[in-house]
Amino acid sequence: MPGQTIVEKVLSRASGHPVHAGDITIAKVDLAYVQDGTGPLTFRMMEQMNLVRAANPQRSVVFIDHSSPPPRRELATDHVYLREFAAKTGMVLSDVGQGVCHQVAFEKFVRPWDVVIGADSHSVMGGAMGAFATGMGSTDVAVALSLGKTWLRVPETLKFEVRGTFHPGVYSKDLILRVLGDIKTDGATYKAMEWGGPAWAAMPMTERMVLSNMAIEGGGKCGPQPSDQETKRYLREHGREGDWKEVRPDEDAAYETVHPYDAGDLEPMVARPPQEDNVVPVTDASVKGLRIHQVYLGSCTNARYEDIQVFCDYMKGEKVAQGTRLIVVPASKEAYTRSMKEGLFEILLDAGATIQSPGCGACPGVHLGIPGDGENVLSTTNRNYVGRMGNPAAFTYLASPATAAATAMYGVITDPREVR
Amino acid sequence: MGRAWKFGDNISTDLIAAGRYYHLRSNLPELAKHVLEDARPEFASGVKPGDFVVGGRNFGKGSSREHAPVIIKLAGTRAVLAKSFARIFYRNCINIGLPAVVVDTDRIAEGDDLEIDLERGIVHDRTTGIDLTFPPLPAVMARILDEGGLVEYIKHHGDLVIAGT
Repeated sequence: MPGQTIVEKVLSRASGHPVHAGDITIAKVDLAYVQDGTGPLTFRMMEQMNLVRAANPQRSVVFIDHSSPPPRRELATDHVYLREFAAKTGMVLSDVGQGVCHQVAFEKFVRPWDVVIGADSHSVMGGAMGAFATGMGSTDVAVALSLGKTWLRVPETLKFEVRGTFHPGVYSKDLILRVLGDIKTDGATYKAMEWGGPAWAAMPMTERMVLSNMAIEGGGKCGPQPSDQETKRYLREHGREGDWKEVRPDEDAAYETVHPYDAGDLEPMVARPPQEDNVVPVTDASVKGLRIHQVYLGSCTNARYEDIQVFCDYMKGEKVAQGTRLIVVPASKEAYTRSMKEGLFEILLDAGATIQSPGCGACPGVHLGIPGDGENVLSTTNRNYVGRMGNPAAFTYLASPATAAATAMYGVITDPREVR
Repeated sequence: MGRAWKFGDNISTDLIAAGRYYHLRSNLPELAKHVLEDARPEFASGVKPGDFVVGGRNFGKGSSREHAPVIIKLAGTRAVLAKSFARIFYRNCINIGLPAVVVDTDRIAEGDDLEIDLERGIVHDRTTGIDLTFPPLPAVMARILDEGGLVEYIKHHGDLVIAGT
């Protein structure tokens, strides 16, 4: 038997016996969560199954983030149901103002070696912690919450090996957009997208999180990454160094394919509508100079303190271009508070930004920045499908916080390397 | 027997259950009135019980929202046929008891009259006379679908027990 990939190792531990790609297994779930868009259906399924209980209440979390605070009566009433259900079952409640589920889960709950099941596709972000983290639908998560286990097919692994050095103005968002352009939105369907290599190892955790977050944009089941000294540093920074354990693949692990990338070859990238793999370098004539009506700095992908800091490094002392709106939604209360304390809000407000409370904000199209008919949005989020931001007659372009800042300054898609 | 409603590649869950109808997620019959609205606005009002949703590659990509297959089923759809499915959507279909079947949908034309035999693994196109075969579901999914979905499965077994694991 060859050695094991990260996902094979983590699922072996959770299954209580060794597993390899292709095996069907039942795994113990270490953390399960829902959000306000998927939670009500999850809980109604638990009621239908006569399983109104949490196997592990302190590791079961109800996040109110997608329509938070609620813009409509129906959504506010969903929140009432979620709060009551959490109280009844002893689940942890992360209410209005706490932030996006994946970000808050990462700060407070996800541990190396965990199996994490979230009722939201971007649950894959937990992979950056050295966990097996995946998104599932409401009924699967109902089972994971109430029984503390789930069934899985152990995925084959695609290995992404990154070497070289990122040029100034180029970030992990540009790397993952480039990868998606290469493998397309179904190139990793049913597979794990594992990361490694010297340029990966040199990335701070907040950059690594982007890579796992967008594994689902390639169709990936999960985006596992090793847990190393940087993982330990992140956990220490969040007051839970005791949760750290090393995770790494075996030297002789069997990969379905290996994809080498050189960070030094990368440029700032833009994903054009209508999907994430429709990418070009920011210098491409189809995007450079394109009029942008709204810049959105938000989401679990790129709205951490570090992203807002990068944005402000560009924006400091500058103004948002006339005719362009800048909306900022920090991903979590931590990102919000730290940005405020360290003076970033002042930079943003002086530039002309509107800052909203932590949560999913404009990303899923519920509120807080739905674009108008015919408008173009440059967004640091993860999806640019038709209708994604709440209007099928608007157009979303995805890019890094640096490209977003350069674009906000000029009101047209702008290469961040030209403004610094 | 039912009519084929053709859709293209990469039909996202946003096209199936749009974010602007987020507030209808606890009112599924109302949400179902907008099913696939941004892909084919005439689908929701025209679909009849027993009809088929026929996609291309990577059907159901994107979010985990189970509401997407639920409202396709509520609209009366007999099965979703596609060249390939996104992972979460596929699993959701089986869990809610909506057959999701991988076949070469290039051979099916808009409006064709279709029949499906899940046990034998055949989609019969009554318009063209062509039989399209498909491999059986993985054993675990076949059992869940046979029992009417994951809720019924759990109610029946009282636990998540899967032979051979």
